Amino acid sequence: MASESGATKTATEYIQGHLTNYTVNYSGSTIHMDTVITSWLLGAVAFGLLWLASRAVQKEGVPGKVQAFVELVYDFVDGQVKDMFSGDRRFITGVCFTVFVWILVMNMVKFVPVDFLGLFTHLFAPHWKPVATADLNTTLALSLSVILLVIVLSIKAKSFGGYMHELFCTPFHGPNIVAIIILAPFNFVFQMIELISKPLSLALRLYGNMYAGEIIFLLISLLSAAGIGGVFFGGLLHAGWAIFHILVVPLQAFIFMMLTAVYLAMAHEAH
Amino acid sequence: MNIGMTLVLQAIGFFIFLYVTVKFVLPPLAEAIESRRRTISDGLAEAEKGKASLAIAQKEVDKMIGEAKAKAADIIAQGEKQRSATIEASKGEAKTAGEREKASAAAEIAQLSVKAKEELRDRVAELAVAGAQKILKREINPQVHSDLLGQLKAEL
Repeated sequence: MASESGATKTATEYIQGHLTNYTVNYSGSTIHMDTVITSWLLGAVAFGLLWLASRAVQKEGVPGKVQAFVELVYDFVDGQVKDMFSGDRRFITGVCFTVFVWILVMNMVKFVPVDFLGLFTHLFAPHWKPVATADLNTTLALSLSVILLVIVLSIKAKSFGGYMHELFCTPFHGPNIVAIIILAPFNFVFQMIELISKPLSLALRLYGNMYAGEIIFLLISLLSAAGIGGVFFGGLLHAGWAIFHILVVPLQAFIFMMLTAVYLAMAHEAH
Repeated sequence: MNIGMTLVLQAIGFFIFLYVTVKFVLPPLAEAIESRRRTISDGLAEAEKGKASLAIAQKEVDKMIGEAKAKAADIIAQGEKQRSATIEASKGEAKTAGEREKASAAAEIAQLSVKAKEELRDRVAELAVAGAQKILKREINPQVHSDLLGQLKAEL
């Protein structure tokens, strides 16, 4: 157990300590510096490496191993998008690729034992929550960005009038002008619920999974307070839970990416 | 849980990464994959074409082989015919030559036998004369008895 300034923590304090963000106040608003720094750093490394890899791409001949790997990821994402959307899918693939890679690298921080990063971050921050996707800010930012793109793409595909028509005249179609006017508010409420539920479900699913997984990791780590047997079984359980997360981490990134692709593809479809 | 400024920063981060991805990361990848796909499909089409032309060539070869075989059979038949003709001809030639040879031999034999007969006749005449001489114990004058001798010769 990590101890701070010599004082032994209680279990609650330990868990809460790990679930508290390192915050900085900037002109009245609170910023989770750990979330922002971790995610931006990971994103910068991941996308920087991808950029380097794509700069070294050979258009002719046998591709190298790095190129083959990057192409594998690209082809995987592109294949999923292709199954859902026929048309120019370059931008949708780009969004899905970004979402997938970024969420994947942010989720992958879970593989690092919970107290490991703390040894380093304690030097300059009292708390450090390294899993950026276990912060609702990150997941909501992603899902709201996706929905913003959905709205923009909808307007681009159907024109502003078409999109307004979709907002007010679907899913309930009126047979005449009076019915249409009466149904319009209901339609609008329905569409708004849909529009709000999409990013909420996206964000909460990812956040919930990551947050819950993190708490289990913390509880397992608490076992090590129960002496040498606790350390041993805690270690075993930790390994098991981490192995399970090898499945959960890419799966959550994949689900987020798939739903992003679905929503973006739906934006192009006329109702 | 503070939702606010962090969310905005994360969204900004997302759009920066999205820009980098769409602008720089994906286009070369897509292009490379597309060009490889094209190369592969071209190669496959080439192979298909090669296969087709191979089949055509095979057909041509088969035809040529058939033609050559027919020609060879023709030549063999012709040779056979020629051979038998030659054999026939030489047989005939040999036959005539043999006949001729036989004829000349027969002629020679006849001639020889005539000659031998002649000689025999002479010798018989002589013997007869000698016998007669011995019998008569006297010389017969060939000149005197030449007509007698000639008569005897003719009788033999």
